[in-house]
Amino acid sequence: MNAPLGYIGDTPTQRLIPAQPIVRLEKVSKTFPGRDGQPVTALRETDLAVSQGSILGVIGRSGAGKSTLIRLVNGLEKPSSGKVIVDGADIAALPEAALRHARRSIGMIFQHFNLLSSRTAAQNIALPLEVAGFGKAEIRTRVEELLALVGLSDKRNRYPSELSGGQKQRVGIARALATKPKVLLSDEATSALDPETTRSILDLLARINDELGLTILLITHEMAVIRNIAREVAVIEGGRIVEQGDVFEVFTRPQHEVTRSFLADESGRALPPYVQSRLTSEATPGSQAVIRIGFRGPHATDPVLARLARDLDIEANILSGSVDEIAGRPFGTLVVGVPETAVSTTLDFLKKHGLDTEVLGYVA
Amino acid sequence: MSPEMINLIAASTGETLYMVAVSALIATLFGLPLGVFLATSGKGELFAAPWVNRVLGVIVNATRSTPFIILVVAIIPFTRLIAGTSIGTNAAIVPLTIAATPFIARLIEGAIREVDQGLTEAARAFGASPLQIVLKVLLPEALPGIVLGLTLAIVSLLGFSAMVGAVGGGGLGDLGIRYGYQRFMPEMMLAVVVVLIVLVQAVQSIGDRLARHLNKRIRHA
Repeated sequence: MNAPLGYIGDTPTQRLIPAQPIVRLEKVSKTFPGRDGQPVTALRETDLAVSQGSILGVIGRSGAGKSTLIRLVNGLEKPSSGKVIVDGADIAALPEAALRHARRSIGMIFQHFNLLSSRTAAQNIALPLEVAGFGKAEIRTRVEELLALVGLSDKRNRYPSELSGGQKQRVGIARALATKPKVLLSDEATSALDPETTRSILDLLARINDELGLTILLITHEMAVIRNIAREVAVIEGGRIVEQGDVFEVFTRPQHEVTRSFLADESGRALPPYVQSRLTSEATPGSQAVIRIGFRGPHATDPVLARLARDLDIEANILSGSVDEIAGRPFGTLVVGVPETAVSTTLDFLKKHGLDTEVLGYVA
Repeated sequence: MSPEMINLIAASTGETLYMVAVSALIATLFGLPLGVFLATSGKGELFAAPWVNRVLGVIVNATRSTPFIILVVAIIPFTRLIAGTSIGTNAAIVPLTIAATPFIARLIEGAIREVDQGLTEAARAFGASPLQIVLKVLLPEALPGIVLGLTLAIVSLLGFSAMVGAVGGGGLGDLGIRYGYQRFMPEMMLAVVVVLIVLVQAVQSIGDRLARHLNKRIRHA
């Protein structure tokens, strides 16, 4: 078996390996019957591992397959092939009753909250506990704890129609945590919220991850979500995971086109329109090369452009620049223009100083 | 209007209310599970049984497309079997129930289908069984719609119950036909119509108020 480290085996001793990921997708494919009879492939041969206690964000455009991916984890969808293993159990192979039981240890929150309009905040949170057969007294205590955890103790008797979007999502989070799950699935949980509310919900999720040691698998199309709370990221496109790893590594050294396009969405990273519109892929005599320079960690403060001018007598025009924080670490981006004749010298010089470079094109 | 007439109207109103109440109750008893099943047994749904769903759908449509007056006559042997007679208030309850059951089933199916799919998905995600989803999610969420549907069904039953008067079923319709039409007493006809209007108004406004009270989707001032 070509299993990587921490493979969850069938024997109890193998399960004790500490590096064991709590969620594993092994060569998972999912095909849906299409409208015109042609099957639609949502996910192809996907491998993904979420380690215990981590926050993994899956980012992709709509239709990339991320919804299918997350719904496979709690068995809302069955894979066409491959295995989905959560906390040692093969979700796809579980019989219906065992699957329902397994779902109690996999919480889920939704973009549109999916709260019952006929139940108050407290009653919504109580629902999974009622379903699981807990006693009334036990439910009451647990619901109070959860309301306090999400900061909604004073709203316990309000109906969802009386709550704001952020408050509704807090109820959703409390409901998802009711049965003390080990994994929390977040299906675009902040996509319907404004940036400020998004921030507060993400803070809450980060706190829950930290305090309860809850593993979080989230899907999103928003870079900000990944940047703020994810530790690991997987970029999904056309039903395939095209890039994955540590958030800082992936975002500061993007390998795939899609990852770069997500980064370009971020403010300060996009080229100014007057440069973008004149950009060509071929150098012409007298043109300027547009180079993106990435400054990571220790290099973020190096006076590289001054040295470039002094040591090599190359003058670089600054076209745009920004300093971001990714996964809590500073990361600077600078887009400069240098004479087309000096491109290779400049690139060598920058690489020698440990900087990431990318030639974006040429401007006449 | 003579006291005899008033007594006649009161007695007939009592018969109408009795017929409508009993048939609405029995029809709901059968229509509710039927409606729930119709709403949840389609392809890929909670109790997926597409063939049974289709067959039941055809039966429901067939019953609903039969004109009520024809239904009353067509099932006389069955009515006799159940009620022991084919004439009178108790006998009228049989066709009324049979006509109302598929109607109520469709109304309940519609109310349940109005419930956001996301709620079913959330309930599945936290480990609810199909039966729990019906009892704890779909029915409570559909309740305002179900109440409005039942109100509509009761109003329709009031109309149907007047029709069974034509075949000796008793009630206000019977009174209107026999006294108002056959004995040329227009004031009796008018009185019957007025009582029916009042009854329909009362049923509708009680139903509306109850549905509004149950509906928590809208903020109450």
